[in-house]
Parts: sequence; structure tokens; C-alpha cells
Amino acid sequence: MWKTVLRRVLLMIPQIFILSILVFAVAQFMPGDPFTGLITPETDPIVIENLREQAGLNDPLPIQYFRWLGNALQGDFGTSYTYKVPVSVLIGQRAQNTILLSLVSLVLTYAIALPLGMLAGRYNDSFMDKAVIVYNYVSYAIPTFVLALLMLWFFGYTLGWFPTNGSVEVTLQSGSFEYYMSRAYHLILPSVTYAILGTTSIIQYLRSEVIDAKTQDYVKTARSKGVPEKVVYNRHIFRNSFLPIASTLGYQITGLIGGSVFIEQIFAYQGMGQLFIQSINSRDYSVITALVLLFGIATLVGTLLSDIIMSIVDPRIRID
Amino acid sequence: MAVERPLLEINHLETAFRVTDDYYNAVDDVSLTLENNEILAIVGESGSGKSTLATSIIGLHDPNNTQIKGEVIYKDINLLDLNETLYNKIRGNDIGMIFQDPLGSLNPLMTIHDQIEETLVYHSDMDDKQRTNRVEQLLDQVGIPNPKRVMQQYPHELSGGMRQRVVIAIALANKPPIIIADEPTTALDVTIQAQILDLMNDIQDETGSGIILITHDLGVVAQTADRVAVMYAGQIVEEATVEELFGNPKHPYTRSLLNSVPHELEDENDELHVIQGTVPSLQNLPRRGCRFAPRIPWIPAETHEEDPVLHEISPGHKVRCTCWQHFHFEGEEEQ
Amino acid sequence: MGFIEVKDLKVHYPIRGGLLNTIQDYVYAVDGINLSIESGKTYGLVGESGSGKTTIGKSIIGLEEITSGNVIYEGVDVTNKARSRRGQYRDYNRDVQMIFQDSTSALNPKKRIIDVIAEPMRNFFNYTPQEEKKRIIELLEIVGLNEEAMYKYPHEFSGGQRQRIGVARAVASNPKLIIADEPTSALDLSVQAQVLNFMRNIQTEYGLSYLFISHDLGVVQHMSDYIAIMHRGRFVEQGTSREIYKNPQHIYTKRLLSAIPEMDPTIRKELKAERERVEKEYQEFEDQYYDENGRVYDLRPLNDNHYVALKPAEEGGK
Repeated sequence: MWKTVLRRVLLMIPQIFILSILVFAVAQFMPGDPFTGLITPETDPIVIENLREQAGLNDPLPIQYFRWLGNALQGDFGTSYTYKVPVSVLIGQRAQNTILLSLVSLVLTYAIALPLGMLAGRYNDSFMDKAVIVYNYVSYAIPTFVLALLMLWFFGYTLGWFPTNGSVEVTLQSGSFEYYMSRAYHLILPSVTYAILGTTSIIQYLRSEVIDAKTQDYVKTARSKGVPEKVVYNRHIFRNSFLPIASTLGYQITGLIGGSVFIEQIFAYQGMGQLFIQSINSRDYSVITALVLLFGIATLVGTLLSDIIMSIVDPRIRID
Repeated sequence: MAVERPLLEINHLETAFRVTDDYYNAVDDVSLTLENNEILAIVGESGSGKSTLATSIIGLHDPNNTQIKGEVIYKDINLLDLNETLYNKIRGNDIGMIFQDPLGSLNPLMTIHDQIEETLVYHSDMDDKQRTNRVEQLLDQVGIPNPKRVMQQYPHELSGGMRQRVVIAIALANKPPIIIADEPTTALDVTIQAQILDLMNDIQDETGSGIILITHDLGVVAQTADRVAVMYAGQIVEEATVEELFGNPKHPYTRSLLNSVPHELEDENDELHVIQGTVPSLQNLPRRGCRFAPRIPWIPAETHEEDPVLHEISPGHKVRCTCWQHFHFEGEEEQ
Repeated sequence: MGFIEVKDLKVHYPIRGGLLNTIQDYVYAVDGINLSIESGKTYGLVGESGSGKTTIGKSIIGLEEITSGNVIYEGVDVTNKARSRRGQYRDYNRDVQMIFQDSTSALNPKKRIIDVIAEPMRNFFNYTPQEEKKRIIELLEIVGLNEEAMYKYPHEFSGGQRQRIGVARAVASNPKLIIADEPTSALDLSVQAQVLNFMRNIQTEYGLSYLFISHDLGVVQHMSDYIAIMHRGRFVEQGTSREIYKNPQHIYTKRLLSAIPEMDPTIRKELKAERERVEKEYQEFEDQYYDENGRVYDLRPLNDNHYVALKPAEEGGK
């Protein structure tokens, strides 16, 4: 197995290289540059020109590319023009928030989806099953931003139960108990929203897998051994039904890095998604290129992770 | 002293499935007995109710859309009266079950060891080590070479024949007095089939259990069974010892079936016998009269019984309806 | 000489692996078989699962890439050309058809029977709609279905009826050879009898040939003039049906035949004794029948109607 993993990792190098060229090229083709925003009728064009020269923006493209790549390999993605801090530091801060939000959301998603999917599948066509289906249709049909705004309006503004923006109370001392409590408090609303949206496909998948699995011969065999029904479900049906969902776990880990643009934007949560939107709006190239590259690599790694997870949970799949 | 009761006694068993809003009998008034040390074959084509009969005995049907009537008597208790907890004490312990598809009937995510051990967990007080020893011993008993290694393997790593041996090991684990085998060799190649059937015969010689063998394959019946019950449209139409059934078949369905088996051609015009029409679906079963009558329309209606029952025409040989006395194949003269 | 000659047919699948995913070895699914198909005859191809029998059928009709060897159709080399649209291979495409085991998945569920059967006609003939309809009714009659069947969909038929529709479709282009891959394995005995009878009637009527692939020795014996027994991608024995069943020479053929459960309960002991005797012979003399790599030897003639793959005399064979 490790041979295959090594081969797959080696294959990623050319993929990432091509990705980096694309990312760089796209950034070049975008109209304007970081200094466009500074231009006013009073600005001396020579000043701008000098700034450009200093930033190396007038060099031939291949030189700019290799300079950028060389730095990037050392973890230096340049400085954000808008925030005036190194891109790596900026992304580092944001990534923490996003990963925290995504992990909590992921756990919540599964905590809601697995029991609902199992119950709906086990007692399909019952009243409970129908209720789960209705929940599913609603959460599937409702657009992310609508649900996020509704949650924000109802629980945030109308009831006032939860904070309406940010990832932590800014006045608190970092590292204190109150600080961590505040972070958790700020997480609740966006992560619940996130989770509600994420449950749909898992419930649907699990339900149909359970319905399918419970008529399988190995389930009949288990029952004919005299295994109690509860154990039949937990040990035989659940594990087999969970397989196709396990295969998507790797991709969801990719999602951890990417974050949700909508949710972070609406809850004003300082994460990667929000950063991505902001840096596009402000044409902050160095941040955009770093983020796109990061998302790309995360996707490649996620795919590999999915395959590895599958080969661990399913003995029939061996990657070698 | 009380009269010795058979190992298993099925009395007037009716299993009905719900189709849309009504219940229809897939198994209709079936009475059978199984003795110790006997292989009873139940033969029929798809839709005859033979597999439903098996799942009814072991109580594996969906209670939401199934109704069962009648009795399945084992050790003086009617299994159909048991609740799930008590039934689970019987399943796997007193009745072992073998299914058709050896790949499908094993859980793909569990090792062979775990799957055989599971049935020991619920029916014995062995500890871990004893159970593992028993698993090894069972694999050896069903002729699996190198049991220590095979125990740690997963079903997909074994061949079809080996998997079916594992399935048999599961059924045998608690030395059940009754084994029900539902098409145990249908999915196997002919050489493997012969091996598995020999194995089942050997096991029976050793354990003396009673085996109910459900199959559509008349050759398998001829080579394995002691007694045979032929099912058509949910009913038993003929029951006899295996020699009697193949040597002296009576019911028109049995005779037709035996005539449609492919054989070496005698000449260009030699044709296989085809039974007219098709097996009626559950909803379209004739509720009254001989169920086979529509498929032998050249036999006069008055030869059928109004409400056909099984007649014992010689000791142990039972035939349903009276039409067999006048039956002849189409185009042939009545004897 | 037959109208179709299959010469030294090989189908090998590469096994990939290693760090660079290179070809490590091959699976020899079919490894050098010869067949000569004459018109009006049925050729039974028997083997257990994994023997390569299905691969032969598929490679002749172009569903499997032939690694080496030739398929010659009336003097034209049509190897790997079965799906070619070029004019010169048109006859071959029209004249060789296939029936599959699983009639449910072999018929497009969204097409009515009229369209299912008309498809090969539309590909190869320029019938007017009236002619087409007339011909379809004719075909349905031959397989024992009436006109009404035309406008129904596959799911409205039983398994046996669908398999007969499959036969009707295969016959629609007036083929000379029909490759039938386990056509009755999924059917009940009485339904199987019906399909087999239809297949034989059609053969008499149109003088077509069958390549009948099956694991069921009884069915093959009933249908075939000639039989080839396959094992590990090669023929172990080939000859007339009578020769193979009455006078088997190869240990593998003997094992297969002795494993058939006969319909006679009175000869159980004899059959079991015979099975045990053959098994013992197999254990003792396996090296007489397979070379050191476990490969089946080349076929050698026993008589005009019978070929067996025994160890050559120069290597110490009997």
C-alpha cells in the first residue's frame, strides 16, 4: 500500500506544477493590480510606476513566475497588499478558524445524520421515515445563504441568543478561559447552519444503503445465527451501509481547508472563505494565488485520503 | 409411553404476503415432517413457495407485510408462537441455515473467524479461546485446508466453493439437530457442487441431523435426498421417497417437470417437453380447484377434484388432486 | 472448412503493478484455441467459471480485444473488426449475433419490443415500415409471442419471454451464427425447455449455427453436435458430442462428467464411487495432463472426431 501512496504522491508533483502555472497565469490576466486602487486624479503616474518597478511587476512573466515559485517553495507567498502582513501568517490565522469551524460542523453533521439515516432506513415508510424525508427535502432545497440569513436573523437578532459576527469577542485576553468559551459560543450558529446543510446527502445515502443492505443475504445469515436485531443493525447493516459515505470523508477534509464562502461571509467569521472573497475584491494577488494553490493541493490530497480511507475500511479494496 | 414425535412437524402452514392491500398465500396449507437423520428435499420452480417455506420455519420474514398461520412444532413447542428473543435462541442453535449465494451470504467486512464465532457467542458459554478453537475445528470439519490462515481472511479472498464451506461451518457451529439448506449449490460449478453435496452427506452421517434441502435441481435431489416434496403454486402436489418419486411419479406436474430435463437427442424431431402457459403470479393463483389444471387443458375438467387434497396412494406416497389418474401428455393416448 | 475459422485465438489481460504501474504479468484468459464453424451446426463450449469460455464468445463478436490469432469470415480476416463500420466488415457484423444470459439487462428497458427487434434490421436492411412490421410479427411468431408484444416494454414480460425476445432480435438480421452465452442459466426448467426448443426450431428453419456457451453439461449435450471442453483458457478436449460424453479421455473432462448429478437415485453409490475413482486418478496422474506450469497441452487427434490435450509421447506421455 505504501508503494502506491508514494507513487500517487510523486504523481502529484507534476500536477501541482501545472496547477501553479495556471494559478499564476490567471492572476496575471485579472484586470488591475494592487496599485490600481491607489490611483486618483491627483496621483503622479511616476510614483505608481516606481512602486510597480519595486514590486517587480514590470519584469518578464517567466522571471516573475519563477521568483514567485521559488519563494512559495520556501513557504513565502509574499506580503498581502491589503493587510501588509506576510501571506503565510495571514492564511495561518484564518486557517485555524476555518478548520475549527469545519471540524465542529463535520462532527455535528455526522451526529445528526447517522442516527437519522439509520432510523429512516430501518423503519422505512414509517411516520418517522417520512418526517426525515421532509427534513431532507427542506434542507436540500433551501439555499445556503437563505438558511444562514434566517438563522442569523432569528437566533442572532430576534432572540439574541448568539453573537452575530466574528469568531471571538475581541476584548478578551487570548488564552484565557473566557476567550475559549467565547470562541465556542461564536462557533455554534455558523456550525449548526453548516451541519444542517451537510446532513442532506449523508442521510439520503445512508437511508437508501440501509434499505438495500437489510435485504442482503449476509443479513439473513446473521439473523439465522440468532443474532439479536439490534446487533444485526449495528454490526452488520450499519458498517456496510457506511462504506460509500466513508469514501467521501477524504473530500470533506478538503472542504475543511476551503471553508464555506457563504457562511463565513454572512456570519462575518474570519475564515479562509471570507479571506478568499475579500482578496478577490481587493485584487490581492499574492493572497489569491496562495489560496488557489492551497485549495488545489488540498483537493489532490483529499482524493488520495479518500482512497486510503476506503482501503482501510473495506477489506475488498487494496491499493497496491 | 407417548408416541415418538418427529424432529420437526409442520402443520397446515400458511404464509401470506401483502400485495397492495390484500394478503395472498405464498405457502398454502403445507404439512410436512422431518425425521432425524433424514434429508427431505423440497423441489419446485421459482414462485412455488419453497424458499418462503424455509424462511417461515426459521421465522425470518418481515412481520409488517407477512401473515403466518399454522404450526411448526419442535420439541413440543410451536415455534410460530415464540417472541423474537426466544426465537433467537432456536435460530443458529437448533436450526442452522445455509443460503444459496456463498458470496452474498457472508458479510464482506468481517473475517471468516468473526462470522463463525458470532453464532457461538450467542449460543454457548465458551470463552474467546474456546470459541477460536471451535472455529478452527469447524473449518477443518468442512474440509478447508489451513484453517488458521483462512480464519483471518475475508470472504472475497476465498473461492466460491470455499465460501460455501464457510457458510456450512456457520450452520454447523452449534451442532443443530435441524439444518435448512436453500439452494446450497446453485451458484457453484458442477465439480464443486458434487464436493459440497458429498460434504453435506458426510456431515449428516456424523451428526445424524435432519436436513431440509430446498432446490430446483432434480439431479441434486436424486443424488442427495431421502424423501421429496414437490411444490407448485404454494402447495405440495406430490410427496414420496426419492426412489418412488423418480421411479413412479404420479402428479402431472412432477411428470411434466421430469420430461423437460435436457437429455441426449434421439433424433432430429426429439423435443423437450414444454408445460403450457406460465406459473400464475401470487395474486392470480386459482383460489379453488386444481391449481395445475390451467396448464393441462386437454385433461377433462371432471377428472379434477373440486377442492384437491393430498391422497396417500401407497404408504408414504401422497398426490394432490385426482387428475393424475387420467393424466397423459398432450398428443399421447390415455393409458 | 467452416465459414468462420478461429485460429490460435489468444486474449491476454495485463496485470499492472509496481511503482510505475507497469505490466507485471498477463492473465491468459484465452490462450490459443482453434474453432471451425460450419453452417447448421451447434458447437457447445463447456467450462467452469473462469475457464475463458465467455471471453471466446465476446472476442469473436468484438466485445473483447483479441491479443493475437485470427478470426476469418468467409476468407476475410475480421480479427478485431467486428465493430468496425467499414463496408467490407458489414457482412460479418450482420451475420454474427449474440444472445446474453441476463435478458433483463440485455434489453434496453426504455425501448419497446418493436424497436428492440427492429434495430438490427434498420442497421442492415432498407425495409419499408410495412415490411419491417411484417417481419417483426413473423419473428415474434417464431418465438411464440403474438403481435401485441410489439408495443410493450421488456419489463412487461417474464424471464423466459424476454429471453425469447432476445432470440428474436438475434435472428432479425438473418445471421449465420448466433453466439449464445448461457442463454438459459437464469431460467426455470420448464421455461428453459421452451427456449431450447425454439432455438432448435429456428436452427432447422434458417440453417444457422450456434456457438453455445454453458456450464450445464446436460443442456450442452442436448443442443450440440460438437463440443469443446475448456480449462485454464485452453481446450482440453474437442470432438463430436457423442465422443466426448461416451469416451472422455482427458482427466478434466472425466471430472466434469462424473460430477453431473444424474436423475436416477438408484445409482448413487456407483456415481460416488466413480467420482472418487476419477478424483484419485486426478491426484495421481495430474502431471500426465498438464505441463510443469499447469498449462494444458496442445490438442492431438485421437480419431477423426475427437481431439485430446494429452502429454506428447516425446515428453513421456502415454
